Amino acid sequence: MSDAALAPAAAAPRRRLGEALGAWLLTLPAALAFLLLLLLPTLAAVAMAFTDFELGIWPPLWIGLGNFEEMWEDRGFRQSFRNTLVYVGLVAPASVLLGLGLALLIEAGARGRAFFRAVFFLPVVSLTVAMAVAWQYLLHPTIGPLNAMLRALGVAAPPAWLSSSDWVLLSFSAIGIWEQAGFNMVLFMAGLTAIPRELREAASVDGVHSAWERFRLVTWPLLGPTTLFVVTITMIRSIRVFDTVAVLTRGGPNKASEVLLYTMYTEGFTFLRLGYSAAITLVFLVIVLALMLLQTRVLDRRVHYG
Amino acid sequence: MADRWRLPLLTLLGLVMLAPYIWMLSASLKATDELFRASLQLLPETGTAWIENYGRVLREVPVAQYLLNGVVMCGGILFFQLLFAVPAGYALAKLRFAGREWVFGAVMLGLLVPPHVPALPLYVAFSQLGWLNSYAALIIPSTISVFGIFLFRQFFRSLPDELIHAARLDGMSEAAIVWQVALPNAWPAATAFAIFSVVAHWNDLFWPLIVLTGTEYATPALGVLHFRTEEAGDDFAALMAACTIMTAPLILAFLFAQRRFVEGIATTGLKG
Repeated sequence: MSDAALAPAAAAPRRRLGEALGAWLLTLPAALAFLLLLLLPTLAAVAMAFTDFELGIWPPLWIGLGNFEEMWEDRGFRQSFRNTLVYVGLVAPASVLLGLGLALLIEAGARGRAFFRAVFFLPVVSLTVAMAVAWQYLLHPTIGPLNAMLRALGVAAPPAWLSSSDWVLLSFSAIGIWEQAGFNMVLFMAGLTAIPRELREAASVDGVHSAWERFRLVTWPLLGPTTLFVVTITMIRSIRVFDTVAVLTRGGPNKASEVLLYTMYTEGFTFLRLGYSAAITLVFLVIVLALMLLQTRVLDRRVHYG
Repeated sequence: MADRWRLPLLTLLGLVMLAPYIWMLSASLKATDELFRASLQLLPETGTAWIENYGRVLREVPVAQYLLNGVVMCGGILFFQLLFAVPAGYALAKLRFAGREWVFGAVMLGLLVPPHVPALPLYVAFSQLGWLNSYAALIIPSTISVFGIFLFRQFFRSLPDELIHAARLDGMSEAAIVWQVALPNAWPAATAFAIFSVVAHWNDLFWPLIVLTGTEYATPALGVLHFRTEEAGDDFAALMAACTIMTAPLILAFLFAQRRFVEGIATTGLKG
């Protein structure tokens, strides 16, 4: 056997080693950052949830499930948890349906597509804090245009939207729906373009003439995976509600708009009870993980259309 | 579907959607006493009130400073995210090495964790190091984007191997291939990621609120919050002027590159 034939065979392992070394060098910065900024802090947060850690008091004590027991008895936390559920329960379905409706409506014709898409997408790229303040003006009990309109329509005493404990959560939900509908619309539009136009035309040829029947028989089943995806994403995004509450009511009046992340924020960064705050974070994380698990489970099992 | 009722319906819904913007703009042009009469008229009675409102904001709010802080924060975050995520995404997509499955597993695991979870320990660490109230505090925690690694990995997988072999035969190092061959060919993914990252961090309130006190490093979001709680009081006209100024930059950027924004958010939507 000649040397020329041997050379590549001997070079191959060396090349593979070189490739592995290069790969590790390329991955190293990301791996270090991942370790220091994501993995370790996340594990630390989980560990903190089982301690009575407070900033300035060292060392923290391991108290097992103490924080969770306190949470269970803490009426403030239960209120916050309930509010978050209500908020998600209102915002997720409404913004998904609105997003779907807008996407269908825009895709149904050629005229004004780009324009309306831009209009509905605007809240996604608007500074949330600034828009929250704009909403505060819009919903202001005495000088707000909404109540001025209601008074003009003959409503004698329109509600004080953001300072009434009966209405505040509903008002935040309305803002949430407004914020998220355009985002969902864009995701649905992406899903719709993936459906071959011929399929709908074929349905027409087969005698399915009403637009609703075509939607029910063709579009909707094919949108299944997109819909499931949009629903979970919207729920996860809604659970994170924080900005609007922090800017407008700080959880008030009387904890009527207290939500999970805002409670976590005040416990951790205002009262510096980091252990308790970490426990709330853990509850938040478990909900998010459960939603993601649900999504992959259903995606794997049920939604298979090819 | 007939445009006869599609367009009016869309217009109606569009007006509802735009109502906060329309009223924000309208209020920013009115005099305070006119606002307090709560008239439903959109146009201001006096043509000069806006000068006072916007004048007050520009006098009292360091608008340029806030915008600069926002640009530095978003620019810094994006720079490091790309610096870390692009090579890692390339290695995961195109190179064979021991431990690759582990790295990819870590990425998938990282995708499950919302940024609020590591926030508490990161805050403790930054406060122990004395790093609060700085650009570093704003930028460092967001420099690792597992989503970025995932996105670039997916995109690089579809790059033809011949392209990379050819570059190797030309004697290019792997690092040079990443930045000079792979990245230029992944431009759509890079723009989508950039838009996603900038929109998310520009609008974020949670982390800046935690690590900053005072206004020196305040981002636009924090700046608006500060003006509202500390200074504006009941002067809704000036407040709306401030909101208009602070909302404008990103909206203008969006209007100029509308299609890219929408596509960017649609492709990156899965991160939420």
